[in-house]
Amino acid sequence: MTSLPQPAMGKKLGLVIDLDICVGCHACAVNCKEWNTGGHAAPLTDRDPYGSDPAGVWFNRIHSFEAGDGAAGRTVHFPKSCLHCEQPACVEVCPTGASYKRSEDGIVLVNEDLCIGCKLCSWACPYGAREYDWDQGVMKKCTLCIDRIYNERLEVEERVPACVSTCPASARHFGDLGDPDSKVSAIVRERGGYDLLPELGYKPVNKYLPPRSPRTAVGSTGAAASLAPVVKAEPGGFLHWIDRILSR
Amino acid sequence: MHPALSVIAFTTASGAGYGLLAFLGLLAPMGWLPGSTGFALLATGLALAAIAGGLLSSTLHLGHPERAWRALSQWRSSWLSREGLAAVLTFVPAGLFAAAWVFGGVASALLGLLAAVGAVATVYCTAMIYASLKPVQRWHNGWVAPNYLAMAAMTGALWLHLLCRLFAFPAPAVALLAVVATACALALKLGYWRFIDTTAAASTPESATGLGRIGKVRLLEAPHTSENYLLEEMGFRIARKHAARLRVIALVAGFAVPLLLALLALLSDGLAGALAAVLAAPIATAGVLVERWLFFAEARHTVMLYYGAAAA
Amino acid sequence: MPIQDMFRTVKEEIDLSPTVSDEVKFTTCYMCACRCGIKVHLKDGTVRYIEGNKNHPVNRGVLCAKGSAGIMTQYAPARLTQPMLRVGERGRGEFKAISWDEAMAIAEGWLGNIRRTDPRKLAFFTGRDQSQALTGWWASQFGTPNYAAHGGFCSVNMAAAGLYTIGGSFWEFGEPDWHHTRYFLMFGVAEDHDSNPIKIGLGHIKGRGAKFVSVNPVRTGYSAIADEWVGIRPGTDGLFVLALIHELLRADKVDLEYLARYTNAHWLVIQAPGTAGDGLFARDSEGRPLCWDRNREGPGDAMAADASPAMVGNYKLADGRDAVPAFQLLAQRYLDDAYAPDAVAERTGVPADTIRRIAAELAHAAFAEEVVIEQPWTDWAGRRHERMVGRPVAMLAMRGISAHSNGFHTCRAIHLLQMLLGSIDTPGGFRYKPPFPRPCPPPIKPAGKPGTIEPGKPMAGPPLGFVTGPEDLLVEADGTPGRIDKAYSWEAPVAAHGMMHMVITNAWKGDPYPIDTLFMFMANMSWNSAMNVPGTIAMLTDKDEATGEYKIPHIIYSDAFASEMVAYADLILPDTTYLERHDCISLLDRPICDADGAADAIRQPIVEPDRDVRPFQDVLIELGARLGLPGLVHPDGRPRYPGLYRDYIANHERAPGIGMLAGWRGENGETEGRGAPNPKQVEAYIANECFWRHKFEPEERYYKHANKAYLEKAARFGFIGAAQPIILQLYSEVLQRFRLAAEGHGTVQPPERHRERVRKHFDPLPIWYAPFEHAAVDPAEFPLHAVTQRPAAMYHSWGSMNAWLRQIHGRNRLHMNRVTAEGLGIADDDWVTVTSHHGQITVQAKLMEGVEPGTVWTWNAIGKRSGTWNLAEDAGESRKGFLLNHVISELLPPEGDGLRYANADPVTGQAAWYDLRVRVEKAAVPLAATEPAFAPIPDPPGMTAPPAISRFGELFRRRRAGR
Repeated sequence: MTSLPQPAMGKKLGLVIDLDICVGCHACAVNCKEWNTGGHAAPLTDRDPYGSDPAGVWFNRIHSFEAGDGAAGRTVHFPKSCLHCEQPACVEVCPTGASYKRSEDGIVLVNEDLCIGCKLCSWACPYGAREYDWDQGVMKKCTLCIDRIYNERLEVEERVPACVSTCPASARHFGDLGDPDSKVSAIVRERGGYDLLPELGYKPVNKYLPPRSPRTAVGSTGAAASLAPVVKAEPGGFLHWIDRILSR
Repeated sequence: MHPALSVIAFTTASGAGYGLLAFLGLLAPMGWLPGSTGFALLATGLALAAIAGGLLSSTLHLGHPERAWRALSQWRSSWLSREGLAAVLTFVPAGLFAAAWVFGGVASALLGLLAAVGAVATVYCTAMIYASLKPVQRWHNGWVAPNYLAMAAMTGALWLHLLCRLFAFPAPAVALLAVVATACALALKLGYWRFIDTTAAASTPESATGLGRIGKVRLLEAPHTSENYLLEEMGFRIARKHAARLRVIALVAGFAVPLLLALLALLSDGLAGALAAVLAAPIATAGVLVERWLFFAEARHTVMLYYGAAAA
Repeated sequence: MPIQDMFRTVKEEIDLSPTVSDEVKFTTCYMCACRCGIKVHLKDGTVRYIEGNKNHPVNRGVLCAKGSAGIMTQYAPARLTQPMLRVGERGRGEFKAISWDEAMAIAEGWLGNIRRTDPRKLAFFTGRDQSQALTGWWASQFGTPNYAAHGGFCSVNMAAAGLYTIGGSFWEFGEPDWHHTRYFLMFGVAEDHDSNPIKIGLGHIKGRGAKFVSVNPVRTGYSAIADEWVGIRPGTDGLFVLALIHELLRADKVDLEYLARYTNAHWLVIQAPGTAGDGLFARDSEGRPLCWDRNREGPGDAMAADASPAMVGNYKLADGRDAVPAFQLLAQRYLDDAYAPDAVAERTGVPADTIRRIAAELAHAAFAEEVVIEQPWTDWAGRRHERMVGRPVAMLAMRGISAHSNGFHTCRAIHLLQMLLGSIDTPGGFRYKPPFPRPCPPPIKPAGKPGTIEPGKPMAGPPLGFVTGPEDLLVEADGTPGRIDKAYSWEAPVAAHGMMHMVITNAWKGDPYPIDTLFMFMANMSWNSAMNVPGTIAMLTDKDEATGEYKIPHIIYSDAFASEMVAYADLILPDTTYLERHDCISLLDRPICDADGAADAIRQPIVEPDRDVRPFQDVLIELGARLGLPGLVHPDGRPRYPGLYRDYIANHERAPGIGMLAGWRGENGETEGRGAPNPKQVEAYIANECFWRHKFEPEERYYKHANKAYLEKAARFGFIGAAQPIILQLYSEVLQRFRLAAEGHGTVQPPERHRERVRKHFDPLPIWYAPFEHAAVDPAEFPLHAVTQRPAAMYHSWGSMNAWLRQIHGRNRLHMNRVTAEGLGIADDDWVTVTSHHGQITVQAKLMEGVEPGTVWTWNAIGKRSGTWNLAEDAGESRKGFLLNHVISELLPPEGDGLRYANADPVTGQAAWYDLRVRVEKAAVPLAATEPAFAPIPDPPGMTAPPAISRFGELFRRRRAGR
């Protein structure tokens, strides 16, 4: 049923991405590619991989933006994958039911056996989370590592999406955003986590934590604007230390 | 948005076909059209061929056309599914109407009405596929559905008028219909263009990234230096100058010339009028193809805000 | 079309617990220099998934983009497949396949002949080699001094400045105390060394609310997340740091207690201008340095635990000479207004107020936010301290400092700043990773003085080491360099890593002498590792007109991939990938320790090679045995290591009880650090996920340079010779010795033409001077700095054959400050010419906000030569990619007498990549491809055509589904 399910017990699995910490290293994107090209949605096809115009299927891509002008601005690395929206138009527009939102946990998936490759879901997604596999003729997308997060063959701490597991800076968090008491919900509250394109009303589950403000103002660390000079500005100024008693 | 030829051809052809079908279904039972079997065969044949050809063409862009039958299942939420269903359902009264008219010489009012309703519904569904897409502000607005319907009516009326004239059937009502439909379509198209030219973008890189709180947002580096599906599908950009030129072509060929020709045909029963009617339909159709190409080319998808676009 | 399905919504059945793999093996990553532990999942013998090993000390489970793309390197079509011999002219890429027997026989023939006649005629240089403990030793056994790895064009400024100053160094050899620091100051750090530990650490300190300041002309990568970005002008960091020191001194915000305890600040420096002792430390009759001891109001042993040293004052020595504490010289110099923030603001591009504020913030963090760890410890003199008190200011610096011709002194200036704040190896400060700290400098001298090289004999020591005075240089009596790269000559006396970047130029010139064979391993010296690429190509292919022979007669090259260098070699020895070999990440080479533990690691073969290739280390050991190198054969000539590198790793002893690996030593694996070889050592490593780590006790973790428990352990493990404290060298007597020689003292003096240069640059205290190219060219003609950065997702040239990484960085553009570019009429994607004093390239521009206005930059090593790496000839890397290398000269403009120095630091010989000055102009017409364009190189024989589409992983899914 492409009409949206009511998630069981309000469970909303998703990611929280900390833009204040992400250094844009692409680790999450490549590890995602690596896991998923052999995983649930395998393969993540690459067209012309060694040619003049390589183009592949990736579930996670890292954009880099600059916000603000000149030195006063900030460079922000911006990972983006499926946001597993609460109002996923990509699901509603799907004519075959291939695109669906799981009632168990809110994960948005594509059933490739049903997909006719009409691409309409990719048009309906404002975030660019849908990836068409030209070779296979079906739409693919982030599965939130559905084949990891419940995988009983993995150790418990490994049951997180590959992108979260591999992120060197711990800029990615995974959890139940439907549970107000979860760790991810708490971080979102504390750090003012926000939605992308809120005006479109998709209610993305994934949240972004904003970059913290720069600390270039006087007093931002508790220090004064400058140090008070105590050593005389004269050739013998170093004699300031002549009476210091030191031990080794 | 990438103007895919299969989709452009589909919407143009099926639009004309459904327009024609609707008018046949409504006007034939009223006896306003030529009664000959030849006309019935040609007119219903043309309408159904345009519809079927269009639908067939639309499957060309599918990754798995052999699974197209699955597209009927999600009519509760999907306008694409509804369009498919409406198209299939419309074939039933349309086919029966055509058969009865061609083979039985009876243009059934009930079947005609059902076919016309189906035609309108299908075109409306087609329009709503686009109009329902929030990420494309230039589609997600109230102008799109009336435009689609009006252009279907316009091309349908012009083709019907052409057929009437071919059968040397004076049909001032049809001529008037063509004039009115074309004028309506022209007005709606101008309204649409005015709307997209004057409406502020709903979304910006600032809202797309949430970084507007810091300042103006500029793309430093795209995720990859190489192409990807999203850029191919959504990244189509048309230069403002080029778009303006195409708008003139669409305006002239799609609306202005057909309107003048239709007027001429309305006013002239003679050869000039016939010639005008015969020319109007194909010229308008060509113009609509250009218009439809522009409909895609000028549409901007929010995903491009993540790839350096200034607005969407 | 099942009608009943037509309106039904089919629910997907998902296997939530699919099998991931049928076999898991651990090894060490080699997708960059970070050397993370990896867990490799195999399915039906194919690599299915590579992830970080959560138990590994380097990466603790995380893995970067490069490491995660290992599969695509393992299966890259660019892999060489068989040994080859050149048949056409050099550079044409015409080879014939030969057998390994033939290849080894040819190499043995060439090298055997050299060894019998003049071993110096072998120049053996390795690139991003992680087996220098073997390769350096092999060169020594062969008997040639002409050996180095790539450190000379990479990091030696930092290594040398660190090792001569604090006995340890930046780069990956130390780390900020991520858990306690309050203020982290980072200079010019890119992503290719220690990248995962740094990213893990940055995550920590940002989370803890410590302040992170990045000093870097470009605001990308780590700098993007800094709490403050200081967009400094390239090459002026030293001036910025010395201004911070000026501010701290003026305010008396320096930790004199720390200086007196752990540095030579109080050591008396003789003040006797014009004499041979001037500027050296005053010493007693037994050579012990003296201080002015307040307890006795007279000179006393500066090392005495009970001394109360004076830090300033003019004192008379027993012999009547004047002496002052080193600190006084330092204070005198940097209190001068020449180092005031206002005096350096314009030059550095950092506003004076910012410098003053950062100095205040450093002092605040260091002195007002002291970190105390309640952990007793015992110092070198046996005194127990109840707690560990730290100054929580940490610093880290890398290539942005090292790649300038003033990098050695700039790096020393940063160490000076750390010492003055009392933060080195204290809680919250910069921490040593073992085997550091070591004595400053480590007591190893380079072997290979002219006259000591004998045919058929090994050298008496290693080719690389640490000179402590002019008498250690490898020069002829007249000052002529002894090494082909001129390392350890008057042109680069402290070239502790050699000067690989000068080998081809010097060998081509026959300066100081011609060589016979250039033997290289994974070094792309005809492309992105060469300055002046077109010139280098010309030298590699130039022939002697008289003989018709190439100027460099033989070139042997080993690489796993069809890199640009392959076409310029005569004999190709194809290497394996990192997943097909044994390797050893040894404490004798570049260790993977962390501040809290000592560690080393191995690689084990994960998959069998599917090509006729062999691990280079195996080849080297076999070749050495064929040549009869003493360390590689038994007295009767039998190979000593028939099991090749794996055998060598376990059984070779460098010194009694010290081998390549420190874990599971002793016949039964019962000891660590020191012990008899263990024949089952490699098995023990494999059983422990391919690494060993010895965790330090809490009392050993800080003040390592003066911590009794740590020093004793370090001596036991062989990191240091004896458990003596390591004195940080705020004032460098070694440098003063070279200066004295330049001033005409001593038996080994520089030739006249080098005197002034040596005198000027061998200042015992850090100095700042404009980078050489900045000073040599007209700033009006070349108004912009040009530098490169290493992208996080690409390691040197090694990513372009990787189908995933090349999608991320498949071309590059020249990044410019938006305001600067707009002033030049340049917009995004415009074609621009970039002109230096040496050459010109035409490339596309990209405007940005976060770059110092006078600096342009691009990603390093993305540009590729058409036809190489088994990429399409029209690949983006060659059509839209480019190298700045083309406009960088390996030589400085000529001196008055025509002499051209290397474009390098005058102390260490470090290649000065970032000294480049350019002019950028909008190109007259847009181009279709970057220029210069080089002729395409055809694929070597035996390469498979790359697929038009890659469906990697499809098989795994099909098998899972039973299809």
